[in-house]
This record gives sequence, C-alpha cells and structure tokens, in this order.
Amino acid sequence: MKLIEAIIKPFKLDEVKDALNEIGIEGITVSEVKGYGRQKGHTELYRGAEYVVDFIPKIKLEIAVSDELVNKVVETIMNTAKTGRIGDGKIFVIPLEEAVRIRTGEQGSEAI
Amino acid sequence: MKLKLYLASIMFIIMAGMIPLSAMAEEKKEEAPAAAAIAAAPDAAAAPAAEAAPAAPATPPDVKPVLNTGDTAWMLVSSALVLLMIPGLALFYGGMVRQKNVLSTMMHSLVAMGIVGVQWAVIGYSLAFAPDMGGGLLGNFSKFMLNGLIIMKDASSGVVEYALFQNYTKEPGAIPELVFAMYQCMFAMITVALISGAMAERVKFSAYCVFVLLWTTLVYDPLAHWVWMTEGWLFKKGALDFAGGTVVHLSSGISALAFLIFLGKRHGYPTERMAPHNLPLTLLGVGLLWFGWFGFNAGSAIVGVNTSDAAGGLAGLAFATTTIAPAAAGLSWMIAEWIHSGKPSALGFGSGVVAGLVVITPAAGFVQPGAALLMGLAAGLVCYGGILLKAKLKYDDSLDAFGVHGIGGTFGAILTGVFATVGATGLLAGNFKQLMTQLIAVVAAGAYAFIVTLVLAFILDKTMGLRVEKEDEIMGLDQTQHSESGYNM
Repeated sequence: MKLIEAIIKPFKLDEVKDALNEIGIEGITVSEVKGYGRQKGHTELYRGAEYVVDFIPKIKLEIAVSDELVNKVVETIMNTAKTGRIGDGKIFVIPLEEAVRIRTGEQGSEAI
Repeated sequence: MKLKLYLASIMFIIMAGMIPLSAMAEEKKEEAPAAAAIAAAPDAAAAPAAEAAPAAPATPPDVKPVLNTGDTAWMLVSSALVLLMIPGLALFYGGMVRQKNVLSTMMHSLVAMGIVGVQWAVIGYSLAFAPDMGGGLLGNFSKFMLNGLIIMKDASSGVVEYALFQNYTKEPGAIPELVFAMYQCMFAMITVALISGAMAERVKFSAYCVFVLLWTTLVYDPLAHWVWMTEGWLFKKGALDFAGGTVVHLSSGISALAFLIFLGKRHGYPTERMAPHNLPLTLLGVGLLWFGWFGFNAGSAIVGVNTSDAAGGLAGLAFATTTIAPAAAGLSWMIAEWIHSGKPSALGFGSGVVAGLVVITPAAGFVQPGAALLMGLAAGLVCYGGILLKAKLKYDDSLDAFGVHGIGGTFGAILTGVFATVGATGLLAGNFKQLMTQLIAVVAAGAYAFIVTLVLAFILDKTMGLRVEKEDEIMGLDQTQHSESGYNM
C-alpha cells in the first residue's frame, strides 16, 4: 500500500477528482494549504505600500491506494492537473504500513 | 500588459484633450455671470425695497426672517445625510486596517458621534455660532445648552416660538435655528473622526476620547467661528469656504500630522505586512460618504452668499459639482496608478473619489461645472502624490488622513481662490486678492490647528499616554481595548 500526496492548483481540484473517480478511486482527503516552490509569491499594492505575498494557496490531496494502482493514480493526477505553466504542483508517493476501517475493523487493502 | 498600458494612455489622452476644451468654456462663461450679477442686482433690490421703502435706496434694507418650510425640509434631510457619512467613514477606515483592529477603528468614528453630539449641545454650538466674544475669535457662552433657540412664550400652557436662522438679511427666507445647529453638529462630529485615520491600530482608546472632546472644543469650534460666523475674522476678510475645506478637511488633516509627531509609527511599520483586511467594507464606505456628501455640500447653500435659499439653484450647483469632481478624481487617481504602478486598483479609485470630494468641498457653490471637472482631475493626481509622499518619507499616517484630507483640503481651499466665479470671483476672473485671502486663511487655520493639536498631543502623551502597550498593539486593539473581536467565524 502507498499513500499518494499531491499538491495541485486549486482550480484543478474538480477535474482531478472526477478523473480519479473514473479509474475507481473511492476516497480522497482534500485540504487547503499554502506554500511556495519555484512559482514564488506575488506582490500586492495598497496606496503605494507594497507587500510581497510569499505563500500561494494550493490544494493537497491524500489518497491511500493498493500497490498495483499507484502508477495509474499518479499518471491520472499528472495528466489532469497539468497546465504546463510553473506552479502546477508535486506528487509524493509514501509507503503505507497499515490501514484500518474504523466502522468494521477491516485491515490492509480491504480497508481502502 | 502592453494592451492595458495602451488603453490607459488612450484614456489619458482623451481626458487631457478635454482640459483645454473645458478651460475655454470656462473663460466664455466667466463673462456671463458677471453681467448677470449686475442685471440681477436691481431686481433683487427692488422686491424687498418695494415693501419696506418705496424710495429704493442703493443697498436694500434688511427684512425680517420668515420661516421657509421648503428650505427647512431640505436642511433636515441634509443633516441626516451628513450624519450618515460618519458610519460611512467608519466602514471606509475599518476596511483598511488589519482584522484585529476593525472594531477599534470603527469605534473611533462612532464614539465621536457620541462625544461631539453631547459637546455640541452643551457648549460647542455656542462657541462656534453665538455672538462674538471679541476679535472674531470665538463665540460667547450665550447659547450654552442651545439656550435661546426655543423661546418660551407662555410657560403655563407650553406655547413656544422657535428662533429663526436667517443667513441673508436682505431676503426673508429662514429656517429654525435648531435645524441649523444640528446641521452644524454633524460637521463637528465627522471632522474629529477624520483625524482618527492617522492614529488607527495603536492609539489608546481613553486618550482618544479625551482628545476628541478637547480638539473639538479648542480647535474645531474656534475655526468654525473664524470662517463661517459673520463676525469671524476670516469671514470678514472674505475667505471663501463653501462647505468646510478649511474648517473640516485642512484642519483635521494638518492636526493628524501634528498628532503623529507624538504618537509615532505602528509597531512593525513599514516592514510588516499591514494590508487592508476587507476592502469591500472600504468601498461601501466610499459610497456612503459620497451619498452623505450631497448633504454636506448642497446643504451648505444655507450659508451661501447673496441668497436666502437653502434648497434652490445654489444647492443645485453644489450638488452638480459634488457629482462631477469626485467622478473625475476617481478616474484620474485610477489612471495615474495604472500608469505609475501597472494596475488600476479598487482602493485607488475609491480613494480618488474621496480626494475629489475633499477638494470640491470649499468650492462647491462657488465654481461652475467645468471648473469642478478640472479640480477633480487635479485632486486625484495631487492626492495620489500625497500618499506616495508618505511611502517615501516613512511617517506612519495609517489611513492617509493627512495625505487625503490635509493635502486635499489645502489644495481645494487654494483652488477656490482660483476658480471662483459664482457669488465671488477668483484669480481666473481677475481677482488676485481672493487668492491671497485664501492663502491667509489656509496658513492661519493650518498653523492654529497644528500648534494646538501639538500641545494637546504633548499633554496627553505626558499624562495618559497616547499609545497602548506594545504587546496589546500586537494582540490587536479590538481585544485589548474593547474585549471583542470583529469576526467570530
């Protein structure tokens, strides 16, 4: 099992969610996050006072998947979240030791 | 980007092209009112003269005041309009501060309604508009507690008569003096609230409240007497201030600057991010200010020269100039910002509108629409320069009370001496003396307001302390001064 963590542009969320649904992913966790990478921030100007906004709003997805689905999920996210411009985000794949479904007590791949 | 710049320059060229056109129109019009004034004079003289003295003397005799209900209705509405400017100002300022200071900033405006509302009834109106104490400097105490505005005819049955305010003694038209006193009360309330923009986000609430009371009593009331009371020394000199460019905007703006000397910068200024937390509030405030300003300027026809009509042609002129000047100023600020920093900001347009309102205030009933357009265009550019000056000089006028009201008020008072053609003549109508009179009024009022505020700020700083503790300032004034927060979401 792997945990896939993807940082994407906020306006791409719906597209990515639909595409993941289509390939059979049944659950994702979404959070609004802020950060910077190569894109850096932007400046705002109020009556001549200039402020640099360092952190840009992004969406973080967390998806737990069984090993055979990892490549497919990564590919799907890559294809749908891509705009080709700087700031499209990153995908991290992290080993996942255990998963438990709280309601039934199922464990491992059964639980995801 | 390129396209936008191109668009901006086209708009600018169109606007620039209009300037000589309207200036030409101005010159042509200038001939007309002069002639009209001469033609109208015998007419105006004839009407009251026929009733009072058939011999028709050179100057018409004074006539007794008669209540004009139309004027009274308009002045009641105008008073309420000016009151609405104060919550408008609270929104305008409140949106520009950080979230942790929104309530304290809005309270600065609101509490001024409370303190000055009481002060005005008790002593303020008397100091400003009661008969002169001597030298045209201050009113006496005869109208303490609005004494004499209601005349008791028969105490046993409660029959009363209302004292009348007659602005122009050659015509009978008058309104109840109570209405005039309340109209002027709104001006006193908003003037001191304007200063609070410079102190936002760090001033101690208790010190602010004492300042409001002292400043209104020692600075505003005398200045209103000097400029607007017929016995005031600047009024006698012939200084023009239709609706308060000198008394309201110049005095509050200059006082803001004086206060800052002892108050100092906000902690973290200018390196820390201090962006406005809710510009939609600010823009709503701009709308309410503009709306209320029609009462402020068009209502000031009540003190217009050579006419008793509060709700007549002169009010119409002031209404027109109060529409045209801020419209032009919003555009000129926006375009200047577009060219200078790359983007036309909403805050920039709103600030331009307020700058235009400030600049046209002293001139509202003295200039023609073409001149109002020019004054508006200049207002946006000059006040935009004013706020840039702050960024350069690094003094911390939080919400630009000086940059907009101080600079705009001074600029407007001087331009009134240039463009006046209605009921008075300015430089462009060949009256150089008027410009000098305006300069004297600006310097005298500015110096008086600056020095007295400086003394007040010094005394308050040494006794109560002007600022909150550093830790409280970082926590925010809403929590530390009022035990509330603006948003519990």
